[in-house]
Amino acid sequence: MANLKIRITFPEDKIKEPIIYNAGKNYKVVTNIRRADVTEKTGWVDLELEGEIEEIDKAVSGMKAAGVIVNPIEGDVIE
Amino acid sequence: MSKIKGLVCKECKSEYPAKAIHVCEFCFGPLEVAYNYDVIQTQISKEKIQQGPISLWRYVDLLPIESTPTVGLNTGFTPMVHSKNLGKKLGLDYLYIKNDSVNSPTLSFKDRVVAVALTRAKELGFDTVACASTGNLANSVSANAAEANFKCFVFIPSDLESGKILGNLVYKPNVVAVEGNYDDVNRLCSEIAGEYPWAFVNINIRPYYSEGSKTLAFETAEALDWQAPDHVVVPIASGSLLTKIYKGFQEFERLGLISGVKTRIHGAQAEGCSPVAAAFKRKSDFLQPVKPNTIAKSLAIGNPADGYYAIKIAEETGSIIESVTDPEIIEGIKLLAENEGIFTETAGGVTVATLKKLVNQGVFKKGESVVVYITGNGLKTQESIAPAVGSPWLIQPNLKSFQHILEKEKK
Repeated sequence: MANLKIRITFPEDKIKEPIIYNAGKNYKVVTNIRRADVTEKTGWVDLELEGEIEEIDKAVSGMKAAGVIVNPIEGDVIE
Repeated sequence: MSKIKGLVCKECKSEYPAKAIHVCEFCFGPLEVAYNYDVIQTQISKEKIQQGPISLWRYVDLLPIESTPTVGLNTGFTPMVHSKNLGKKLGLDYLYIKNDSVNSPTLSFKDRVVAVALTRAKELGFDTVACASTGNLANSVSANAAEANFKCFVFIPSDLESGKILGNLVYKPNVVAVEGNYDDVNRLCSEIAGEYPWAFVNINIRPYYSEGSKTLAFETAEALDWQAPDHVVVPIASGSLLTKIYKGFQEFERLGLISGVKTRIHGAQAEGCSPVAAAFKRKSDFLQPVKPNTIAKSLAIGNPADGYYAIKIAEETGSIIESVTDPEIIEGIKLLAENEGIFTETAGGVTVATLKKLVNQGVFKKGESVVVYITGNGLKTQESIAPAVGSPWLIQPNLKSFQHILEKEKK
């Protein structure tokens, strides 16, 4: 089992969509929210994905395809 | 008792031992070093600092290492120039240029953070250091790793210009070009940092690494005869530098080394990558990640980890975060070179251009001191100014031809 800590950022047009629910439903990953700041227009959620690495990769790709921004919890590390 | 209390989460304040960890296990907030200031108070003094080494290590009592410094022994203590020409041009009597473009060993401010990170990495028992970088950070990690006998891995996006890589290869690190976009490289590095027992300087060693930035504030205050300036202008990439300059002044005041700190800490971004300035301008602390599109590559962080904290500090200190266009950046580079003889890279152009913008906005009052941080050397980004600096006079090898161009010059 692997785990990945990520931040997902919602653009305004995606704020109503159950992105996290769908990730857990469509892929074999456990989603565990730790911190969030969500308003009616935008927001971010810090969460952990746990599962086999292939399933985590698929979940990340699925969330990106659904229109949210997915980053490692560290933010950009290329300096 | 050690001067290092441990690591503390910036969000939920959970405490951790001072190991190679960077994220809070409870809330995933970033960790930073917490100090026992009562212990430091008994050790630090102006006299002790002044008698210390001519490097950033003169402030060792406020840096997160427990033994004798081993890396970057010549880093820091860079010149702080009282600008006459540029100051006059901008109407600032007390403009100072803190010139990290001549930092040692690799001519950028990154030498500060890497000196601290690698010294701490050695203390924690690591034999391999790593980073993900497109320029200055890679240079500094590679050079310092060579001198300190670390194995070194540098990760870069595979589409990076070859010229940027040459400066790294000469130190013989393992340069790994990753096929994929910046997001892919970020994700891979995050995974590698979790997988291998390496000191990834801006990931698992980040709490220590970022503390090195405080030395810019310390040196500034010491150079101003133990006073904090009225204003500083700081470039923003991840946002960490701005937050640590603030922390540096606060620590000096807390320990009684300076007093009456009211420094306004202004931030500077390139418009082509300005998520922090954009959020600040719309009075929001929510940062919308962006895809960078600017010549200021060394500031091009589209999803800055400390952007939120930079905004909070700017608000708290009544400061401004501005952005400037690529043409303004070029003008900023030229302004500094033509007036002060300092050739900075694009990040310095961002800072100088922002300084000029703040002057035009009437931010600085007469008699106030302003420090502008120049964080990198122009020789590293010469291609960016090539179209804007003209070309040499071409003459025949005779006096008449030379006099002809002199006449032109007079006109």
